[in-house]
Amino acid sequence: MMEARKYVWEGAIPLQIHLHESEVTTLPPPLPALILAPRIGYLPLLVPHIKPHFSSTLPPGIDTVWFDYKGLPLKWYIPTGILFDLLCAEPERPWNLTVHFRGYPGNILIPCEGEDSVKWSFINSLKEAAYIINGNCKSVMNMSQPDQVELWRSVINAGNLEAYIRVSSKLKLGTVGDEYAADLYSSSLNSRQSIGDTDSTGQVKTGRVPIRLYVWSVNEDFDDLEDAPQIDSWDKISYINRPVEIHGEEGKCFTLLDAVKSLLPEYFPYKSLNNEESSREEDKDEEKVPSENLSEHVESCYSSDDAEVKLVRIQGIEPKLEIPFSWVVNNLVNPEHFLHLCVCLKLPQVKIPSDT
Amino acid sequence: MDILSWDGTLSSGDFRLAACAFMQKWKSVMSAFPPWSWVPCPKQPWGASASHDVEGYLSLENIILRSIEEEHDEISCPQKEETSCSEKEELIDIATLVQSNCSKVPYYDLHIIYSASYRVPVLFFRAYYSDGEPLGFNAIEKDLPAHSAKALLDSKWTFITQEEHPYLNRPWFKLHPCGTSEWMKLLFHVDVSVAKNGVTIELYLLSWLSVVGQVVGLRIPLEMLNQP
Repeated sequence: MMEARKYVWEGAIPLQIHLHESEVTTLPPPLPALILAPRIGYLPLLVPHIKPHFSSTLPPGIDTVWFDYKGLPLKWYIPTGILFDLLCAEPERPWNLTVHFRGYPGNILIPCEGEDSVKWSFINSLKEAAYIINGNCKSVMNMSQPDQVELWRSVINAGNLEAYIRVSSKLKLGTVGDEYAADLYSSSLNSRQSIGDTDSTGQVKTGRVPIRLYVWSVNEDFDDLEDAPQIDSWDKISYINRPVEIHGEEGKCFTLLDAVKSLLPEYFPYKSLNNEESSREEDKDEEKVPSENLSEHVESCYSSDDAEVKLVRIQGIEPKLEIPFSWVVNNLVNPEHFLHLCVCLKLPQVKIPSDT
Repeated sequence: MDILSWDGTLSSGDFRLAACAFMQKWKSVMSAFPPWSWVPCPKQPWGASASHDVEGYLSLENIILRSIEEEHDEISCPQKEETSCSEKEELIDIATLVQSNCSKVPYYDLHIIYSASYRVPVLFFRAYYSDGEPLGFNAIEKDLPAHSAKALLDSKWTFITQEEHPYLNRPWFKLHPCGTSEWMKLLFHVDVSVAKNGVTIELYLLSWLSVVGQVVGLRIPLEMLNQP
């Protein structure tokens, strides 16, 4: 288990950063900056490394740094790896981004005051994760100042996984346990418990898992990722910030696919798992499904095709959908304890009535 | 609902019920204000079938929360001009936003949105002048009632934050929900008449807003909270 986490922690994306042409005041224009960006990091944290490269050519004024990819302003509070997984269906290496030092699009992007903004966004997300897992934010709110500093440092200097585990284990955010995780990885679970605090790191509290789901959909099938349509607006991505409740059925493993479907009940109405909302919804849907005799005459969005999950990308990999969800959570979470899932859905074909 | 074991939180289905009850009560007692409306939100912008119980949020827009004569507290709903609340906003440089004229009164948009993480409602808001110019963080800070401004100073990053609106893909101000469930639980424990009647869902949002609204200067008279 440690190995998978190490890979995630050390994952990085090569970036080629171009200064926006409107801000180039010298000839010849500066070469793009090449930088390796940690997947678990955030773009604004790279600015101190990028700025020296361009400072001699910038027009006078105050810096308000932002990035875009093919014209789409990038949301700075989304970890770099997730932006890459989401916006580059076919991974582009190096990833070509444009940096701006002026003209911040304040109507689209939340203001960013450098490292402090990123840090607080991170801490607020961590609090939210703690609330989801433990039912309260106490463990995060009660962190000592030195611990807070060390936690943040371990994230910025991604690579220091040991320091991160040392501090974060005090937050008692635990690992997700079910028989599948335990059976397969019991030896690594034991070794994990020996790091830092020995009590309750294996305990499941509310059974809720913090998730951030980014969904983009296509109407037609594509075989090659290169043919996937470009995301040119954030309105094309559905962002769902909702915890998943792991429901173990006796003898059945709760898989990654189960988790994704439970977050998108409107696409998978018959496969919703038993939670308070979906059981009500299932009753409603049953009333609405036309009988076999009527289906050919009635336009139905609940036709025999469900939506199809074409792609689930997590930390740059596309795991098999049958993989136990608990393994995914324990190994692929980001440092703020959220699991970020990039999902591409192929929408069901809507049947058009064949009569006049 | 058993008051004693209740943890102060709400399911999303209960939020929907609470919202309906809230809109009714508001209309009858806060008649000087415009009514709240429910904005349904299918998650998918490309318009998949919405027969699944649709998410949504409560919205009250274009209101004035502060007036020059505090005693009269007149609330007006101005003509809805072409303000900047549309997608045709021009690019602005946040750094230059300054409240230059102190007789400018800001208009507020308030949205009450359910948080699946915290299982409580969350207040999102934004403010702008009559010409559509939005208020940035500093201007909002100046406009808030004094107690809020102080709280803001003490905990800049954790009390009111600027975040993306969950549905509208634009920056809004948000009142941080951490701690909501605890004081909601307290609120209902303390009010014995509510505990006796046990109609917590229907009163939830009103009680919640009576506390939270004060941050932005929205005052709900206590009589509204008593059962009719």
